[in-house]
Amino acid sequence: MRYAETGFNLEIDLSRGSIERVETDPRLTPLHLGGQGTAAKILWDRVPPELDPFSPDNLLIFSTGLLHGTPVPGANRTAVNTFSPQTNFYSHSLFGGFFGPELKHAGYDKIIIRGKSSDLVYLWIHDDKVEIRDATHLRGKGAIETGALIKEELKEPEAQVAAIGLAGENRVYMSTIEHSNSSASRGVGVIMGDKKLKAIAVRGTKDINVARPAELFEICDRQYREIYDNPNCGCVFRHEDDESWHINNFAWGNARERRKGMWTQEREAEWAATTRKYTVRWTSCYNCPKDCHISIAYPGRQRYQLKCYSKLTYSMAAYEELDFNYSILGLTQEYGLDGFTTPQLLAFAVELYEAGILTDQDMPGFPATTAERFFWLVEKIARREGIGDVLANGVYWAARQIGKGAEEFDHNTMKKFEQVPLKLSMVNFPYFLMYATGEKMNITQIEGSYPQVPIADREEREEFVAGWEAAPERFKRWFLDWEPREHQSIEASVNIADWNETMHYIDDTIGTCAFLSSFRGQFGGRPPYHIYNLPQFVSCATGMELDDSDLWKIAARNRNLIRALNIRRGLRRSDEKPPEDHWKKRDPEMEQKMLDAYYEFKGWNSEGIPTRKTLEALSLEYVADDFEQRGILPEGEGTPLQEAVQRAGNR
Amino acid sequence: MNDQKVTKNVKEIKVDLDKCIGCRACEIACSAFHSRPRFGATNPARSRIRVVIDELNDVYVPIRAGDYTPAECTGRHKYTINGKEYNECSFCGVSCPSRDYFKEPDSGLPLKCDMCEEDPTLSEPWCVQVCRCDCLTYVEREELVEAEDEPRGEMELGLESLMNKYGVEKVLDAVARVSSKR
Repeated sequence: MRYAETGFNLEIDLSRGSIERVETDPRLTPLHLGGQGTAAKILWDRVPPELDPFSPDNLLIFSTGLLHGTPVPGANRTAVNTFSPQTNFYSHSLFGGFFGPELKHAGYDKIIIRGKSSDLVYLWIHDDKVEIRDATHLRGKGAIETGALIKEELKEPEAQVAAIGLAGENRVYMSTIEHSNSSASRGVGVIMGDKKLKAIAVRGTKDINVARPAELFEICDRQYREIYDNPNCGCVFRHEDDESWHINNFAWGNARERRKGMWTQEREAEWAATTRKYTVRWTSCYNCPKDCHISIAYPGRQRYQLKCYSKLTYSMAAYEELDFNYSILGLTQEYGLDGFTTPQLLAFAVELYEAGILTDQDMPGFPATTAERFFWLVEKIARREGIGDVLANGVYWAARQIGKGAEEFDHNTMKKFEQVPLKLSMVNFPYFLMYATGEKMNITQIEGSYPQVPIADREEREEFVAGWEAAPERFKRWFLDWEPREHQSIEASVNIADWNETMHYIDDTIGTCAFLSSFRGQFGGRPPYHIYNLPQFVSCATGMELDDSDLWKIAARNRNLIRALNIRRGLRRSDEKPPEDHWKKRDPEMEQKMLDAYYEFKGWNSEGIPTRKTLEALSLEYVADDFEQRGILPEGEGTPLQEAVQRAGNR
Repeated sequence: MNDQKVTKNVKEIKVDLDKCIGCRACEIACSAFHSRPRFGATNPARSRIRVVIDELNDVYVPIRAGDYTPAECTGRHKYTINGKEYNECSFCGVSCPSRDYFKEPDSGLPLKCDMCEEDPTLSEPWCVQVCRCDCLTYVEREELVEAEDEPRGEMELGLESLMNKYGVEKVLDAVARVSSKR
């Protein structure tokens, strides 16, 4: 018997209209766990690096986490993986809600979609019965509305639906997949739209078996209560009216400036009143007591659920009050547009117009106020109409298509992807490393375990460290010695980057929410899940005996395999740099030293390519073989002397 | 019929609809508690408490499995409460043919909430214990009720349901027929 996982994937070929239920290889679970880990293995095996992301042979994989459908609280984030036409690299997205656990109960660990349908379809999975159904009547329908319409036509109010909106249908690069209170962003909706798959509806009623049920239930029951009581987890801003953290620290407009003094008591009271006016209810995801989402009823808009920092992104990009954000979100979530990247794209377009690079000829009828302009642009982009067809390719590509100096306004992308609008003063080395080397295109998917800033008061710092169960010993030492305005050492920086990303790589495989784990330790240092208690949850559920170092190693294996996917598609050291102006004061020499040290720590060569030795230690020999065959690694590479020579040569 | 009054312990679960966050922990806990072996599997489809959710209309209603009925009702009432419209079904705990709630997914047999009165009886039903947002609260109170006659035994209950299904005559005929063969 397979524990925690179902042992079956659903393979859908939309070109041929075929549906297969395929047993998975049980040996992959101890190597990769599940979720993103096993998805990466499938992408490695089946999608050659030459393949265009818009090829029918590109795969779109929905993965449940290994712990979905078990009683483990907060295990509900579904991973979506494919290759992105925007970056031409691996694309990784996660969404919460109820979809993953429902899919698990239907009897599947993953849905692997290949091919392209000739017209719009949706997938209906009801336990063993799986159908590809016509969705032409849903063309142009909103992403959230589509969910409701499908449930109604199937007479299945309990079905869980993930759908794309108009933006996805039109292959807009920043389109999302929307489900319940969550969105899958970072460029996966575009591939779903390319395959002409409007939605997936799933209903599952089967049991999931776990290895040590009584013990697991007991620790989960305790954990559920702990999560509820713990103020340092979940979305800590969800019930807060004080928005000063984002308002003061994040940049406005096209990631241009921080506005100190903008946040006042009067504004706080006004914005709080705005939120109250539209708030219907706070809601949570499956089996989690943290109500991180707000159900919003804005007059004239489809009801939607607000999450996280997208509460402010549009207002800050447009220099508008909060009401504007609630209004435009009601539209953009229905169109299925990413609430992080879209506002930056819109602000970028407004800047180009004001600079005379885009003119009234490009944008006939472009309104006068920023708020109206944003709405105008959203309509054009979602439909790929006129200038919208160019902008729908994201800031990087649009800038190059438009030309005439538009490239200068593309100052906040990295690896061709829009970054969080942060403009800071002094370079922070762990962050430099995470930005530069991350495969996930957004810092929020990489940072999170080690605090962003030191605690000035020594006594407070000691107290923090004393109860810091989540941290391996070495980090406690580094944090104790970290004084304000001081840099962390090379050794510390490298380790911090490594620990932060490792925790995400664990969440991504088992399906636990980063707000309870990998993202939350940095604020308060008391995340409910951490490297030392997670092994027990995984062991009780799966029956695999593992400890913190095993978990760390699995995360490293997945990290290297995903790295390899991008290396095979051409990623090299020269791509690994944060946006030029992310920090005002840079230290290029030290940054390169940091990068060298990080690569060395990871067992990568000076180009950031995992060496044979590293790959073999992680049972990824087949990656090394492939690299050598393709000439990415020289044969017999990996000896220290060769590495030193190569490093010297590259300088 | 005796007309004596006796006190009876009445157990209730109160539901505050405004407090539900839709986490469905009650469903998970219920299905785990009632699975064999206990906690062996979690499966909301087997739960005896279900949260009726309609996100777009802000309907979040936990309902508990009550009686079984072989026939659908008309279910045509629409209730407007504080400006919000609810279907009659949203409040109904009956295991009926018109929906999937409260049926074993494998056998289709009806499920019924027992307030976790298994041995040993829990101080509070499990769903209430896990509901951290206090949407579900447990209340016990004493009520004066008319004393029932002798409690009916299993045989009486069984005969009664046979009579309900086939009519008295057919049951009597069957009893006569079967006993004559012995």
